[in-house]
Order: sequence, then C-alpha cells, then structure tokens
Amino acid sequence: MIRIMLPEHLRTLAQVRGEVAIEVDGPVTQRSVLDALEVRYPVLRGTIRDHGTQKRRAFVRFFACQQDISLEPPDAPLPDAVTLGTEPLLIVGAMAGG
Amino acid sequence: MSGVRLLVGTRKGAFILTADGKRKTWEVNGPHFGGWELYHLKGSPVNPDRLYASQCSGWFGQKIQRSNDGGRTWEPVGSEFLYDGVPGTHQWYDGTQHPWEFKRVWHLEPSPTDPDLVYAGVEDAAMFRSADGGQSWHELPSLRSAKGHLWSPGAGGMGLHTILIDPTNPNRIFIAISAAGAFRTDDAGQTWRPINHGLKSPYQLPDPDAEVGHCVHRIALHPSRPGVLFMQKHWDVMRSDDAGDSWHDIGGDLPSDFGFPIDVHAHEPETIYVVPIKSDSEHFPPEGRLRVYRSRTGGNEWEPLTNGLPQHDCYVNVLRDAMAVDSLDPCGVYFGTTGGQVYGSADGGDRWTPIVRDLPAVLSVEVQTLP
Repeated sequence: MIRIMLPEHLRTLAQVRGEVAIEVDGPVTQRSVLDALEVRYPVLRGTIRDHGTQKRRAFVRFFACQQDISLEPPDAPLPDAVTLGTEPLLIVGAMAGG
Repeated sequence: MSGVRLLVGTRKGAFILTADGKRKTWEVNGPHFGGWELYHLKGSPVNPDRLYASQCSGWFGQKIQRSNDGGRTWEPVGSEFLYDGVPGTHQWYDGTQHPWEFKRVWHLEPSPTDPDLVYAGVEDAAMFRSADGGQSWHELPSLRSAKGHLWSPGAGGMGLHTILIDPTNPNRIFIAISAAGAFRTDDAGQTWRPINHGLKSPYQLPDPDAEVGHCVHRIALHPSRPGVLFMQKHWDVMRSDDAGDSWHDIGGDLPSDFGFPIDVHAHEPETIYVVPIKSDSEHFPPEGRLRVYRSRTGGNEWEPLTNGLPQHDCYVNVLRDAMAVDSLDPCGVYFGTTGGQVYGSADGGDRWTPIVRDLPAVLSVEVQTLP
C-alpha cells in the first residue's frame, strides 16, 4: 500500500482524515500514484494536476523521505520507502507569501 | 412569511445570511469552504434551494459546488473547463499572442427556466454551459471568435464576469469581459457579436472607439425591459436602449464615474444604483465617504445615499459582483466591501445598516427572495 498525506483542504474535499492508503498496479511513480489516487477520490482531479495538461499545479509540491521530489519526472520511480509503505508521499501546498 | 437569503462569496469562504421579510434580524451561516476563494454563488430562479458556487484556490485550482437544500449541504460537481478544440491565442501584455489558459470561474448564471442548466463565465475569458446540473461543462467557443485574438488581459485578469439572460428570450444572452467589452448572442450562444458602439476609452485604448477592448465592469438590466442595459465601465456609466447596439453616457453629476457594480431597482426600471470609486489606481470611495448613488431617472441625475454608511475614513472597494437587489416591496439593496462588510437597505437605499462587519474581503453578493 502506498501511503499518501494530503493537505488539509484536499482532505476536506475528499472527506478523509489522516493519511490515505492506496494500491498501485505496476511501477510506483508520481503518475501512477496520482492516477490511482484520482480513481479512488475523483473529486481530487484537477486539484493536484491540471485537468488539461496533467502537469503538477504550480503551488503543489511532492515530498518524500525528507526530499522535495516535485521536479522529478512523473514516470520516475518513487523512493523505495514510499513503495514499501514505510514512508508516506506528502502532497503539500507550497508556502506562499506573508 | 417571505424572506431573503444572501449568498456572499469572499476571499476565504462563503457565507449565507438569512432574514425574514422585515430584513432587520439576520442569521449568519458560514464559512463554507473556509480558506478557498468563493468568486460567486447563485441560486436557480426556478428552484431556490438549488445553488451553485465557484470555489477556487491558487494552490488547488477550481471546484464547482452544488447544493440542493439552500446551502446547508454541498456536493462537488464537475470542474473540468477545457476550451473547445485547440484553444488558440489572445493578445498578451508584450504584444505577442498568448495561449488561452483556464484560471477560474468568475460567475455562474443558472437558467431562469431549468435548474440543471447553468452558464459559467471564466478567466481566461470564455463561456461554458452545463445542462446536467454542473456535472459536465462545454464551451460556447464562438464567443472567442468575436475578435478574441484582440482581447488582452487588464491588471485584474481577463475574466468573463457578467452573464445576463434575457428573461423574455432565452436565446438572447448578454455577457461582459474585463478589457474586452460587451457581447451579445441572439441564438443561444452559437454566434456572438461585440456590442460596444458608443463606448469611449481614450486613456485605455489607442483607438478610443475600438470595437473590442473596452474594460466593461458590469452590466445590469430590469427583467421587464431587457432591451435597456446599464453599464458601469472602467470609467463611465453608460446606457443602451437598443439591447447594446449603441450606448450613451449617463454619468451626469456623479462625483466619479469610475466604479464596479451597477444594479437596477426591482420595481422601478429607471432607478439604478452605482458605487463611485475615486479612480482606477485608488480603489476607494472619493473623500473616504462610502456613498451609493441612486438615479431615479435612468441616469444623469444622481443622489447620494449615505444614511448608515461610513462618511469618513472609509477606504474599501465594492467589487463588480458584490451588489444585488431583492424583489420584496420595498426593494432591498445589498452590497459587500473589500473590508468585509455587507450592508443592506430594506427601503430602496434610503437607510443602510451593516448586516455583518468583519467577513473576509467580499467578492460577490447575490440575493434570493424566498416565498
């Protein structure tokens, strides 16, 4: 199971608390994890990736194992610890202003 | 007893304010969708408990929410706003052509006859239609054929902010776009044409009489006379007596003819309201005095309405979608400010009271008159 921690506003939209855990078929990558997440929670479509381009929205970041992996290619494998479920993939809203 | 329900969109959520027909005691409910920008909420004229809301975020994009119980509960519906075909380009700040990019929904306009039919005005400017209660959205692409390649965003973005459906002819729809102008369809959106003849923008456009490019801030009409339009332009308050074919200035004796909202009294088609703002860079009332101006003559002659409004040290703005009128008698008038106040008048504007003072910056105010 892949563990995912969503930001508060997306947890509210998806009506979940805490982490979510999802099954991913095949290679565990940003794309496959987000595809599976959006199948499970269709309301999240368009909130993490742009509807049309499927690119990461500008002010959404992906953290894992204390690394910012936002700029990794979407089909690059996620860290083993995420694949094994020992670490979550953190989806966070970027710091903004103030 | 009849009542009213105000749907207030703010920078950080939605609020629903309700009162009975006396409009003296108000209940404040919210925030709904706290932390999100609620550009606009509006109810179906045929089913007042059917509400639509535009919820957006700089982080997480656009969502559309729908309620079937007057805003007590909500459900997300479709939020995929994809331009029809290859999006094409419009004029960009540096003179180059720039691809159309969806940013947000500025305005939602439910059909006057079908609760599942709703239109959305979006930035970058385009119009979408949903016939299934907001589940799916399809662009009316020919609007962008109305010289869309010449449209260019202003400082506030290139948003389609006004949608007026002719209550006597649903095939006729008027829309307005910031820094592009006003447009009309007479065939339910299959074709559109600019309706900006008579608008003059000498300090905003190189050709002050250009066919498109005028920064229209708001259009309003009275349902009994849908061919008579009132417009608050960037500068200038305008009127058309021929469904937008031509416009003339009715700013008259206003202290400033810059502003954002404009609205029409529910029972007096020649009574209109504006909120003069000092200038396009000083987005606050002249002299720090918040005054609604009312014309009972369809323009040119205006009277300040000040009773109950702050008359010193007031530097708020009133945005284009943040004024509404109810249909009770006497007519109620409401507006919200960027300072978070929502003011109401239960007597057509003679006396005002703050319904609520400390909301986040108000983006939009709509009112429903309930049986």
